Amino acid sequence: MLTRRTLMAATAAAPLAGVSGQALAKTPPGVVVMAKQIDDVISFDPAEAYEFTNNEVNANVYRRLVSPNPANVSQVIGDLAESWTISPDGKVFTFKLKTNAKFPSGKMLTAEDVAFSLQRVVKLNKTPAFIISQFGFTKDNVEAAFVAKDPGTFVMTLPDAAAPSFVLFCLSAAVGSIVEKATVMEHDVGGDLGNAWLKNHSAGAGAYQLTEWVASDHITIDANPHSVVKPGVRRVAIRHVADPSAQLLLLQKGDADIARDLTPDLLTKVKAAKEFTVTASGQGSTMYIAMNQNVPELQKVQVHQAIKWAIDYDAIAKNITPNQWVVAQGFLPPGLPGAMTAKPFHKDVAKAKALLAEAGYPNGFSITMDYISQAPYGDIAQAIQADLAAVGIKVTLTPGEQKQVITKTRARTHQLAILVWGTDYFDPNSNSQAWCENPDDSDTSKLKILAWRSHYVDKELNDMSLAATKELDSAKRIKMYQDMQVKFADRAPFAMVLQKIASAALGKGVSGFVIGALPDFTKFSDIKKA
Amino acid sequence: MNGRNGRLAGTAASLLLTLFGLVFVTFFIGRVMPIDPLIAILGDHAPEDVMARTRVELGLDQPLVVQFGLYVWRLLHGDLGRSVMSSNLVTQDIARYFPATIELATVAIIVATLIGVPLGVLAAVRQGSVIDKVIRVVCLAGHSIPIFLLALLSLLIFYATLDWAPGTGRADVAFEGMNPVVTGFLTIDTAWAGDWDAFYDAWAHLAQPAGVLAYFSMAFIARMTRAFMLDALAGEYIITARAKGLSALRVIWRHAFGNIAVRLITVLALTYAGLLEGAVVTETVFSWPGLGQYLTVSLLNADMNAVLGATLVVGLIYMALNLFADAAYKMFDPRVR
Amino acid sequence: MSDVVKRAWLLSDAPTSRSQAAWGRRYRLWCDFSSNGLAMTGLVIVVLLVLCAVAAPLLAPYDPTLQELANRLSVPTAAHWLGTDELGRDVLSRLLFGARVTLGMVIAVVVTVAPFGLAVGCVAGYYGGWADTILMRVTDVFLAFPRLILALAFVAAIHPGVTSAVIAIALTTWPPYARLARAETLTIRSADFIAAVRLTGASSGRIILRHIAPLCLGSLIVRVTLDMSAIILFAASLGFLGMGAQPPSPEWGTMIATARRFFLDQWWVPLMPGLAIFVASLAFNLLGDGLRDVLDPKQR
Repeated sequence: MLTRRTLMAATAAAPLAGVSGQALAKTPPGVVVMAKQIDDVISFDPAEAYEFTNNEVNANVYRRLVSPNPANVSQVIGDLAESWTISPDGKVFTFKLKTNAKFPSGKMLTAEDVAFSLQRVVKLNKTPAFIISQFGFTKDNVEAAFVAKDPGTFVMTLPDAAAPSFVLFCLSAAVGSIVEKATVMEHDVGGDLGNAWLKNHSAGAGAYQLTEWVASDHITIDANPHSVVKPGVRRVAIRHVADPSAQLLLLQKGDADIARDLTPDLLTKVKAAKEFTVTASGQGSTMYIAMNQNVPELQKVQVHQAIKWAIDYDAIAKNITPNQWVVAQGFLPPGLPGAMTAKPFHKDVAKAKALLAEAGYPNGFSITMDYISQAPYGDIAQAIQADLAAVGIKVTLTPGEQKQVITKTRARTHQLAILVWGTDYFDPNSNSQAWCENPDDSDTSKLKILAWRSHYVDKELNDMSLAATKELDSAKRIKMYQDMQVKFADRAPFAMVLQKIASAALGKGVSGFVIGALPDFTKFSDIKKA
Repeated sequence: MNGRNGRLAGTAASLLLTLFGLVFVTFFIGRVMPIDPLIAILGDHAPEDVMARTRVELGLDQPLVVQFGLYVWRLLHGDLGRSVMSSNLVTQDIARYFPATIELATVAIIVATLIGVPLGVLAAVRQGSVIDKVIRVVCLAGHSIPIFLLALLSLLIFYATLDWAPGTGRADVAFEGMNPVVTGFLTIDTAWAGDWDAFYDAWAHLAQPAGVLAYFSMAFIARMTRAFMLDALAGEYIITARAKGLSALRVIWRHAFGNIAVRLITVLALTYAGLLEGAVVTETVFSWPGLGQYLTVSLLNADMNAVLGATLVVGLIYMALNLFADAAYKMFDPRVR
Repeated sequence: MSDVVKRAWLLSDAPTSRSQAAWGRRYRLWCDFSSNGLAMTGLVIVVLLVLCAVAAPLLAPYDPTLQELANRLSVPTAAHWLGTDELGRDVLSRLLFGARVTLGMVIAVVVTVAPFGLAVGCVAGYYGGWADTILMRVTDVFLAFPRLILALAFVAAIHPGVTSAVIAIALTTWPPYARLARAETLTIRSADFIAAVRLTGASSGRIILRHIAPLCLGSLIVRVTLDMSAIILFAASLGFLGMGAQPPSPEWGTMIATARRFFLDQWWVPLMPGLAIFVASLAFNLLGDGLRDVLDPKQR
């Protein structure tokens, strides 16, 4: 346990450093201070956590059976699992566990913990539970489906066969985190399986453990003394700093070691300065324009295409969002398995006008567009408004808070909307299901994701998406997703515009911070501080 | 005696009514907000069955009137519910955020009074002089500058350029959560713990936002002081006192100032109430973890329990200060009795 | 009539007609007012602002919505006197057009709030009893509310935009007017001339409308002028918090909100609209201050 005294001993002169105006490293040694927007956190319970910050922290606090291979994202490698076998019918997965994973309590992680954790996810049935339960697990069959055969062997039996890569990718998600059964059950209150306690505590075998979380203020994680991975710094203090320029200032003053939410302009400035390094990674987040199919003007395929040909993608990416968003036009952005790297669309006013005329709108039409009233969405919305005006589509902008815009699109009352979608798990099915599957367009549908929200019904893509989840051959499966994206780009009422790039600026002497393609894969344990 | 009790009961009743109105308005504004509270709780990606179950669990499927009744019923039992954003009890959150706002507002009003009152007196005594004009412009400027501009400029100058003050937030990360919470006021708790580095740090962080707020309210206080003083200085007793040959200082401070003290307290109470809510923008710019920020963030996330709880507290204090100001005013001015 | 004669007519000690007396009184007030340098400065700026707003299309060198993405956040140059914003739009042109939005909002608020507050206050003060209790209780509820929070909640509940911002500001601005009007009414109500009017059989409505309300008007006007700057600041604050006018509208507060993220590096971008708000608000304050001196000498 780190005490204030040890911190202070190292930083006795800290308050004076600022006065002298020197950029001394003011943060204590062995402690990394990260400036980040953390007001998205709701809970740290891995069965419930579903926002960016908590998933990222959990990636360092908990371990999972498998994780994607950083060298080849189409493959998974073992994390807790030493090896695994899959029965020929694709239903029974048998995992042999490594024998070196230990919880902060000093106890070894066993197959019992694995079975308990996965059962717990299905039983609690919180937001991310569907990632596991979509394979047919229910609270009635989980006890039989997840079994600890012996302390080193975990057996999972699927009710129905599914593509093995699909199953494994889902187990690599944050929701597949393994908790310590004994500790969690000690804090069970009224049969909540420790849910209330795990909201702001941790019981994982990762490199760190959660010490303190104060909402919208700070998160402190300290090294797990029994972890097999010895982290480079013993404490990571994540401080909520809402303002990006304030984040940069903290970095410049040595009050923070890592700044996470710098805007494109600030990143450009940081890159020019020698004392900082910037690390970046493409994310599984896509910015797109949804065209609601209940609006008559938006129903024709030519209109979908006209809008896609009207946007000046490169100008937006280059001028408004350098280092933050790049052009990506498939529903699987680069970095995800099955990604589409081709960019079929670029700004072509003549072509867009011709398409509009072909659709019966030679003089364009008027329409509203919702967007999230935050940077950079406001700037992007205004740029797109100008682009669409150039081909004759008069757009009225209607901004709203993020949750307000989401509420509206879920109620299907938008016309055009600029939205962002982050993939739920690393498997292509997450996005393919979201954008292509809409088996029931009625208000009582059980699947109300992106296609449903814009009344997009496409039987062919819907069926292709379903078929891909059953394909046992991984290479064939990837090919299916790539074919789907070509059809999707051609006709879907979604203009895929940009892919998120997450960047972090590291202060002097700080290195080794690697951002994952999903928050679930961002690691703190390699961070070094000189 | 009876009359006074009656009046007291009347005041209490009207206070309760106002409070009820406050809850009522906040509740219904919150419920018609075009944000589905479930999105705040579960996020955008939650499957339909989880959404439906949670809606029932939280009673959000009930008619609004029933929900309101339930809320008031719980409120009467001291239960403000749980915040979605922090997953704490709202009472816990308020206990945490409120001292930060009080600390900020209190320091601001003390500074504002210490500067504003003498300035106002000076302006009144030297009415029409250059000093009076300068003070008037300084005060009007304080009324005219948008507080967020002042806050941004302050950060730009004192933090980014001159490096005199620390940045945003309430304490340096090295001191965060290091001293036991006794009062919730960092400037007191750190001294209590004898941690003088943290004490210095707390004051350093307080200086900028408090300074910005102080200037803002100083302008108002100085103006009002000047007006009251002019009024008092024109009074006959002052002329008599002067005629008796009392020194100018004595006349100004003992007689005239003594006479306006009550009205000044009224103004201070109102200014303080204004500060409590005026801190919203300042807290946003300085990332000050106070009630104003808590309220705005909760509001934008449809965290209605938090919004209601925080509004109630601010409203209650606001009302108490108003009541106090009213009472003081009534004592002084027979016209409104 | 020559100037000298006109002046003599206006300042005559023995006016021969009602209008001469009235004009004479106004002229004397104007003399008082115009001798106040600060107030005159305020008046001149306000007039200039109004002119800018009216003539914005003639004065603005560019279309305020014209984007030039390759020339974002430019420093002030010969081509763009006040630089360009985050989408490469000319800041000067946006400020000029923004004056329309800002002044428009202020006027909209004032014409909503003043009559409403006056009506509530007069009715409550005149009738007393239950009407007074109920109206003042409602007023208290609104007064007890943290103003900015009520406005934020209200705007969030309908939709961010100029109209809802105006309604929200009006909603939180009227209570002091009602209180003021009520206090004035209370002092007037028992005056002899009201009793005299009542004896002639005038209806309550007529008394309020024709005799009480006009007398409350003076202090209300001073309050309105002084409030103008507060309204400008309020609108700007809403814009700053993202709840006022919405992009691409060049409302000044909104401009600061969208440019705030550049304030450490391209500080002039948010500073320009900030200065505009400051100047406009200061001008109204100077003007209101001068007016108060003239109309309400006691407060001087």
